Amino acid sequence: MQDAPWVGGSLFGLEGAKDGMPERVRVETHGEEETRQLGAHLSAAVRAGDVLLLLGHFGAGKTTLVQGIARGLGVDQPVTSPSFVIASEYQGRIPLYHIDLYRVEQMDEVTLEAIAEYFGGDGLCVVEWPGSVPDELAHGAVRLELAIMGEEDRGLTLEGALPRLQAVFERFGAGRLAQTGRHGG
Amino acid sequence: MMRMLAIESSCDETAAAIVRAGRWVEGNVVASQIALHATYGGVVPEIASRAHVQALVPVVRQAMEQAEVGWDDIDLVAGTKGPGLAGSLLIGLNAAKAIAYARDLPFLGVNHLEGHIYANWLAEASEEGIAPPAPEFPLLCLIVSGGHSDLVLMRGHGDLVRLGRTRDDAAGEAFDKVARILGLGFPGGPAIQKAAERGDPSRFPLPRAWLPGTYDFSFSGLKTAVLRLVEPLGKDVPVADVAASFQESVADVLSAKATRAAAAFGVHQLAIAGGVAANSALRQMVVERSPVSVRLPALKYCTDNAAMIASAAFGRYIAGARSDFATDVSPNLPVAPADRALEARR
Repeated sequence: MQDAPWVGGSLFGLEGAKDGMPERVRVETHGEEETRQLGAHLSAAVRAGDVLLLLGHFGAGKTTLVQGIARGLGVDQPVTSPSFVIASEYQGRIPLYHIDLYRVEQMDEVTLEAIAEYFGGDGLCVVEWPGSVPDELAHGAVRLELAIMGEEDRGLTLEGALPRLQAVFERFGAGRLAQTGRHGG
Repeated sequence: MMRMLAIESSCDETAAAIVRAGRWVEGNVVASQIALHATYGGVVPEIASRAHVQALVPVVRQAMEQAEVGWDDIDLVAGTKGPGLAGSLLIGLNAAKAIAYARDLPFLGVNHLEGHIYANWLAEASEEGIAPPAPEFPLLCLIVSGGHSDLVLMRGHGDLVRLGRTRDDAAGEAFDKVARILGLGFPGGPAIQKAAERGDPSRFPLPRAWLPGTYDFSFSGLKTAVLRLVEPLGKDVPVADVAASFQESVADVLSAKATRAAAAFGVHQLAIAGGVAANSALRQMVVERSPVSVRLPALKYCTDNAAMIASAAFGRYIAGARSDFATDVSPNLPVAPADRALEARR
């Protein structure tokens, strides 16, 4: 999928249309601040109970995207990599649960019980390195894959997404969302 | 002289220590889980909690045996309240509370990161009589570990303000992740340092995030740069040179920002702390560049231990602090409140 040709513009078409509804939407961002802006726009469309699984290698921009989501939700605390603490909770318009399973290569019962509370709960749950999340928890989650395309360029692919999140990607890709100036970060 | 028992279980070490007057270490025992987690390539939280439960009583008993003390000899009990893994913190903090309650002793919940700072003034009880240096306030401390990178101004015991922090990855996390990229194993700090010994630190000019006008750090871009450097090389990665160049970049930024802050705030002492403070390249660069005297913790007190928790508890105790038994674990506890003037400029 990452090898697919990236044709002009920033919106890379809708693949695998099913029932007239696109299953996969891709956009490209150019620089960390733009990735944060996409996150901020996504935050306007998320609802309590949504689960976002972030896939992508080191440096693909997973934590950067979450920083944007947090900014959009009105979180006033700094969002840093939760690799060490595994789960961070932030208060915004709705709670933001930022989970990072980089250190949890094998899921165990009690950890599962602890993180399961965040899935489909009262807030938005965003999971980095979700490889060890069992299928039953991942069911219904939105997969967002980030790929490094160049020094500053990142390709973001939304899969199995809710129409309201897809709409954000489509509008962002078509340049119809405000690219506001830098604030904070 | 007041004698303390402290328990630390914030991440993957179960530790207990007996420390007199905040600095004389009479007993210090650390049960490491590194071998246990190395099999998994990281920490498995539940395995960590279970290992803490199993190790706790033997570790406390052993620390007391080392110190040759009984329950009647202890005057204060301290436990780490955060930051760390919730399930791990609970074991040590509740054990400390239970002992304090049962023995009717004062109890203190300690910030793990503040503990790291106090590792700088610990001394062996067997060497008592040789007066070790004491903290000279105001002092500046660079705390660099697997979960944190903070620059802290300390004006006195219990009087701390955070000047800077990492905006993405902690320094130790960058070491761990780059070690994995280079196939060097876990934990990454010692592995990178060892590989770097035979490497040329100037071979690859890796980026440094200076974030001018702030005392903040960023290591995510460096980690990405290493990945982009080695990925096209396949199996022909000059591991030693990449490790050395990476280590040089981290040490350069950390030491430059810490020594600059030391000069700007007119401190009397510059200390470094946390697991990454064991890194020899960082130690050397901080000493070379510092405008004031530098404290470097003994290597065995850089990584997680309970003696540093006892010492920090003593500092807080003499400043008048006490904790009650309602004290709960605080997994995301910051080292100190942010400096307001600096925060406003951010």
